[in-house]
Amino acid sequence: MKTTRLIVTALAAVIGAAFTPLALADITIGVSISLTGPTSALGIPTQKGIALWPKEIAGEKLNIIVLDDATDTTKGVQNTRKLITEDKVDVVVGSVTTPVAVAMADVCAEGKTAQLMLSPANLPPGKDGWSFRMPQSTAVMAIPIVEQWKKLGVKTYGFLGYSDGYGEAWLTDIKPLAEKAGIKLVDTERFARADTTVTGQALKLVAANPDAILVVASGSGAAMPHKGLVERGYAKGKIYQTHGAATLDLIRVGGADVEGSFVSSGPAVVAEKLPDANASKALGVQFKSAFEAANGKGSANQFAAHAFDVVLVLQKAVPIALKKARPGTPEFRAALKDAFETMGRTPVSQGVLNWTTADHFGYTPETGVLLTVANGDWEVVR
Amino acid sequence: MDLSVAGILLLDGVTNGAVYGLLALAIVLVFAVTRVIFIPQGEFVAYGALTLALFQLGKVPGTVWLLLALAALSAVIDLVDAVRRGLPAKAVVRGLVRTLAAPAIVTALTVWVAPLKLHLLVQSALTLAIVTLLGPLVYRLAYQRLADATVLVLLIVSVGVHFALTGLGLVFFGAEGFRNPSFWDVRFAAGPLTLSGQTIFIFVASIVLIVALFLFFERTLRGKALRATAVNRLGARLMGISTSGAGKLSFGLAAFIGALSGLLIGPTTTIFYDSGFLIGLKGFVAAIFGGLASYPAAALGALLVGVLESFSSFYASAFKEVIVFTLIIPVLLWRSFQHGPDDDEE
Repeated sequence: MKTTRLIVTALAAVIGAAFTPLALADITIGVSISLTGPTSALGIPTQKGIALWPKEIAGEKLNIIVLDDATDTTKGVQNTRKLITEDKVDVVVGSVTTPVAVAMADVCAEGKTAQLMLSPANLPPGKDGWSFRMPQSTAVMAIPIVEQWKKLGVKTYGFLGYSDGYGEAWLTDIKPLAEKAGIKLVDTERFARADTTVTGQALKLVAANPDAILVVASGSGAAMPHKGLVERGYAKGKIYQTHGAATLDLIRVGGADVEGSFVSSGPAVVAEKLPDANASKALGVQFKSAFEAANGKGSANQFAAHAFDVVLVLQKAVPIALKKARPGTPEFRAALKDAFETMGRTPVSQGVLNWTTADHFGYTPETGVLLTVANGDWEVVR
Repeated sequence: MDLSVAGILLLDGVTNGAVYGLLALAIVLVFAVTRVIFIPQGEFVAYGALTLALFQLGKVPGTVWLLLALAALSAVIDLVDAVRRGLPAKAVVRGLVRTLAAPAIVTALTVWVAPLKLHLLVQSALTLAIVTLLGPLVYRLAYQRLADATVLVLLIVSVGVHFALTGLGLVFFGAEGFRNPSFWDVRFAAGPLTLSGQTIFIFVASIVLIVALFLFFERTLRGKALRATAVNRLGARLMGISTSGAGKLSFGLAAFIGALSGLLIGPTTTIFYDSGFLIGLKGFVAAIFGGLASYPAAALGALLVGVLESFSSFYASAFKEVIVFTLIIPVLLWRSFQHGPDDDEE
């Protein structure tokens, strides 16, 4: 008898504990990002950005739950299930890793909870009903590069990219754009972040002698292939990098070899250098000063900016959704998703978003900015 | 492909092969003496390169705190052990001093020297000291109690140690990569080939290390003791050779070789906290050539791995790793045909 009573008491306690977060009925944001593992370089700055999130949005208190997916798809799916079924979150944020974010999308659609992806993941049509991307699609970021090529009269280009989803996405997105402009792809080479050398690839690319070479890599990993090309005698001014590489780490590791090269980037990293007409300038400056006040000068990067933008998006969507339902209910989650799709043009620090039912990437074509490296810092190419 | 391209690829392959060769030697050494398949060998490479990178920034690298913590932990275990076995106080104290003295001195030196940004060679020497001392402590804490376990158990422990060291690497060095300054910043042009100072440095260091290891095993008592342990553990023990001492020594050597490799390749590429694993794995493929037993065959295998990698990155860069790691299958086949069925598991 005594044991039965004990079990009942324990059960009551457990159930009570499980319901406490619900009783508060605040807005709950469930975050699952890669804080360890190979893409922790993206997850850690994102977490620092999340640390600066406000205490409340539209008068509702924010509950933020951050989980680590260890760059592991299975772990990311587990986290998402836990966030949706146990914590009853109103919105899921993450992951920064493309394959993990893709796997999470299914769970979010099943749980009818909107997902704000921190990775520009391409999903098959019909699969991204509940998933919205915070980063720009590679197709949008390819625009400033191809525009520059057109301006300079580039006729051929080579491709040196990661042998993973990021590299593949860039290849499939830039090919049609360049083709339309009459620019031919002459050589495609791959490498992995952990490789110690790209001599073989660089030799082949340099021998093909294209007018420009696109390097697709991220963070400090983008410096090694860049240096490899320069070492084989390729001109620095003809090398282009993608927005994954638009961090100061590229300049720190690449040093003199990246001087004069080009990088396609979102506006936030160079906010203060943008022309005043740019819709993201004020927000970008606001993000940069807040982030660098907390984390030191030169620490702001695009991953932290995406975390900052999550708040901007919610600040616009939550008041709309609140008119229909209270947080913590399935109705609120559905209303939030509808709000994302109908709220229209939303300037954020990384560009101008315009999500619709059909387009969950939503960045408008004017989003991308072409940067060049001059004297160890970014310079906006006009 | 013309001759000059082939020449450049060959040079690049042999340069990388030299580093893989050093790692292969360390893996063979550790396996021969302790029967441990030492997967974390590559972690020492990353630790070496990144510890130096932090010295370059004028920061105290986290690896010294790891060193101190491991030394303290193993001192505590030794103390408990000694008390339980009722050893005399004098022997206990001597043991503790032996465990703690070197790590304590190196830590103090590091904390003092790090902000001064001294010459690259001083920093390198200190880096070597830190990482080398980690080796015996890793053996003491992770493997010594299990010294008589099966190869499989030791392999599983190795996987655990690998994950622990990689995770700690992320804590110490952060997620972004570093590139170290070159030891010797010159370039020699020989036709289409350019030989950088660092390449020459890699060759010279590899050859010196191989010769030094040869002399160590052939000429010194300790080296001979290691060889004896490798041939027959029980026999060596009966002859008064401490097998745990031999284990620590071999791990110390492995850590030293790993750290040195890290210093050698640090200036030629960007090293991340988790870069070591793949580099170590290629060393492992090379070690398989020698059946985890023969040093010359392992070194030869390493050169082959390096050259194969270099040429496959030219011809089919998307399949480079596939080609390199598939190499292990024909090698295993060849070795098993050569030896026939091997019942002598242990």
